[in-house]
Amino acid sequence: MSETALTGPVDWTSENAVGRRRSRHAANRRLQFYGIAAISTAIGLLGLLITTLVIGGYPAFLQTKITLDFPIKAEYVDAADPAAGNYRNVVRDALLQIAPEATTPPQQRMLGQLLTNNTQFFVRDAVVANPSVIGGTLTLTVPAADPIDQLNKGLIDRTLPENQRRVNDVQLGFYDRLVEAGQVSAPFNWALFFNSDSRFPELAGLAGAITGSFYALLICFLISFPVGIAAAIYLEEFAPRNRWTYLIEVNINNLAAVPSIVFGLLGLAVFIQLFGIPRSAPLAGGMVLALMTLPTMIIVTRNALKAVPPSIREGALGVGASKHQVIMHHVLPLSLPGILTGTIIGLAQALGETAPLLLVGMNAFITSPPGGFLEASTALPTQIFIWADSPERGFTSRTSAGILVLLGFLIVMNGIAIFLRQRLERRW
Amino acid sequence: MVGYSLLLIVILSLVAYYVGRSSAKRFAGGAGSEKIHSLPGYHGAFIAVWVGIPAFVLVLLWASFQGATLDNLVLASLPSGFTEGKSPAELNLALSEIRNLASGRTFGTPAPEIQLAAERLVSWQNIASWAMLVVAATLMILVLVFARTRIAPRFRARNSVEHVLSGLMIFCSVVAILTTVGIIVSLLYESIAFFRLVPITEFLFGLKWEPQIALRPDQIAGAGAFGAVPVFAGTLLISAIALIVAIPIGLFTAIYLVEYADDRVRNVVKPIMEILAGIPTVVFGFFAVLTVAPAIREAGGLLGVVTSPNSALAAGFVMGIMIIPFISSLSDDALRAVPRSMRDGSLAMGATASETMTRVLLPAALPGIMGGILLAASRAIGETMIVVMAAGLIATLTINPMDSVTTVTVQIVSMLIGDTSFDSPKTLAAFALGLVLFIVTLGLNVLALQIVKKYREQYE
Repeated sequence: MSETALTGPVDWTSENAVGRRRSRHAANRRLQFYGIAAISTAIGLLGLLITTLVIGGYPAFLQTKITLDFPIKAEYVDAADPAAGNYRNVVRDALLQIAPEATTPPQQRMLGQLLTNNTQFFVRDAVVANPSVIGGTLTLTVPAADPIDQLNKGLIDRTLPENQRRVNDVQLGFYDRLVEAGQVSAPFNWALFFNSDSRFPELAGLAGAITGSFYALLICFLISFPVGIAAAIYLEEFAPRNRWTYLIEVNINNLAAVPSIVFGLLGLAVFIQLFGIPRSAPLAGGMVLALMTLPTMIIVTRNALKAVPPSIREGALGVGASKHQVIMHHVLPLSLPGILTGTIIGLAQALGETAPLLLVGMNAFITSPPGGFLEASTALPTQIFIWADSPERGFTSRTSAGILVLLGFLIVMNGIAIFLRQRLERRW
Repeated sequence: MVGYSLLLIVILSLVAYYVGRSSAKRFAGGAGSEKIHSLPGYHGAFIAVWVGIPAFVLVLLWASFQGATLDNLVLASLPSGFTEGKSPAELNLALSEIRNLASGRTFGTPAPEIQLAAERLVSWQNIASWAMLVVAATLMILVLVFARTRIAPRFRARNSVEHVLSGLMIFCSVVAILTTVGIIVSLLYESIAFFRLVPITEFLFGLKWEPQIALRPDQIAGAGAFGAVPVFAGTLLISAIALIVAIPIGLFTAIYLVEYADDRVRNVVKPIMEILAGIPTVVFGFFAVLTVAPAIREAGGLLGVVTSPNSALAAGFVMGIMIIPFISSLSDDALRAVPRSMRDGSLAMGATASETMTRVLLPAALPGIMGGILLAASRAIGETMIVVMAAGLIATLTINPMDSVTTVTVQIVSMLIGDTSFDSPKTLAAFALGLVLFIVTLGLNVLALQIVKKYREQYE
């Protein structure tokens, strides 16, 4: 019983009481409002992030192309050796058809800047593939140079004064003529997926990066999947509870929180310096990613093993199975869906990792997809980093597009994981 | 050749498995035969593991040390007239030239000694990889024949296989420890080499960080270029900004989700937070450079504040966005771990939801939340890509968030990107920074896990 007695019945309707109640409820609403504000801020920021990426990235999925008739004169291209022809002149002649007045070298240079720098090689390859066009004309659609690409997508404001614009007035005139003649098109940019990196934004693609990421993830999977499962089985099912296993567990938990760049330092010092794996090789990158994914793998596998009810183990032991047989024949198959889900999520994390790959050199400028685990290559996130660092305007939209592709892969992987979890995981 | 060797191992192990199984089946199936201890499959597996595993280890070791051994042999085989009076760096250069030549990349015309050495290297590489294949094959066949003789009806093949499997599993769980040891040893090794060049007191307390000027070894004696205090200060500034952004948003999100939200809201907000948590950091970095930094710069311009194009505020703000889900999910866990009876008791006494939250749940969950914040701080300190893309390179000692600062991770990346040689103080300094980073984040993690664990025990 309380020592202080109330002096009388409380008047809940008094002005004081009502005021107190009102302010308490106001405080309650305030906290609720802060919560809503916080959540809206977080969601708004995520929305802003994705919107800027989509707005910035979608133009890169289209590529402005220009269709031209290339007169393949026999004087420039020898039918006996079509690969050695003077294709620079062929391209010039083709461009002169749209602007016959361009006779001075500066004008011709401006004209040449309409098309991608590698146009002559496109023409050469087409002629080599089909030598019968020598002496005739070849109609070919080639990528436009980056400024023209930007102009066509409306990213360059043509009302700006000429000196603030990357396309000068003369080129603008040429471009308008091409548009009028219907020679400018903007089809889907398959080159984004089938080309490798290039110095020219209009030609740069992700093929090399995707291949490199694939190889690195394959290595990561081949190492972390078996090792992670074996370690988890030992720790969960066999390990005695002593100081050693405690040490291992603490260690795994801490390893999961070590900054990724430290793993990069480890990879640089051990895999590259000590073992002599070539720099930039997907093998080195994959091994570093494997070490990083290992704690995640062990943790998810242990959880999946824990989820299998003890009755299964006891039943199997009861009919005479050995401890190993219980696990190999019953527990592991039953927990496999959970393990697979965790594996995919772990690999998705590894796919987005950038910093350790930078340190093992997977940010090199490489213009062809790697042919093996030991060839220099980039990976998707490092390719994004390289493009983000490039000064050319066209790389900005390529970067956003690259990010969208990366996010696409992550969404697919996580989608598969969710699907597996819902389809295969058994509730006991 | 490693690929072929691995293929050979797989094939021979399969062969071994079938050999073992069929010979075990022979005495298992016969009428009136002895009682067999293990199933035939275990006999097969017994031979297969003994054939496959030693050969696999052999091939791995061979492949990891072949390169270094051949390098040494090639260096030793260079005529003494060529190597005399050359520094290790020059020898290294010659070695990489030889290696390039051997793999078919020529730059200019190499010296005749190099040409010869490259030819030698090519032939040795050939010999070594064939030798590996032959040695592995011989080993496997010998083991196969020997293990085959062990197979008998009473032979405990299953126990033997299970022993090997247990051994493998123990080895796999030790990999985690090996990784930690590898990290510590490699960081310490390079850091000690660095501290031989630059005294540790100067590194930890020096106020000037200018690694760029120390390109040549004779320059490092120059006035205090490796004082890391500005770098640490920059890291702390950016992490502090990140936490100032992330703690309120994350904490209020968790409070709302625990106390106010119904299931419908929770089912929408939680996946969104998971999406935010799953976005790769390089994406946040690009967002910082492309959107946030210009916006902050413009805002600074409007307010008349001088703003650097790569201000600490931009990097810190975006890093804060990255940490929000981290803090919100850890706080959510901590708030939910408070026993339901405490919450119900408070509500039953007539407290409003906010009073229950601020007077009962938050104080009770505070250790857990603090642990979560510490983990988030360690994450912010070790975060790399956002700051590499959005923060500056030049170390300035300032607390002005509009200024450009640099961080430990930025310095590590900028010093190690591109071709690196392992004898310049610049490279070694990166490892010293890495060591500091590792120790600090490890300390924070251990502390945080300790707090969280202690607090959890309190309620269990």
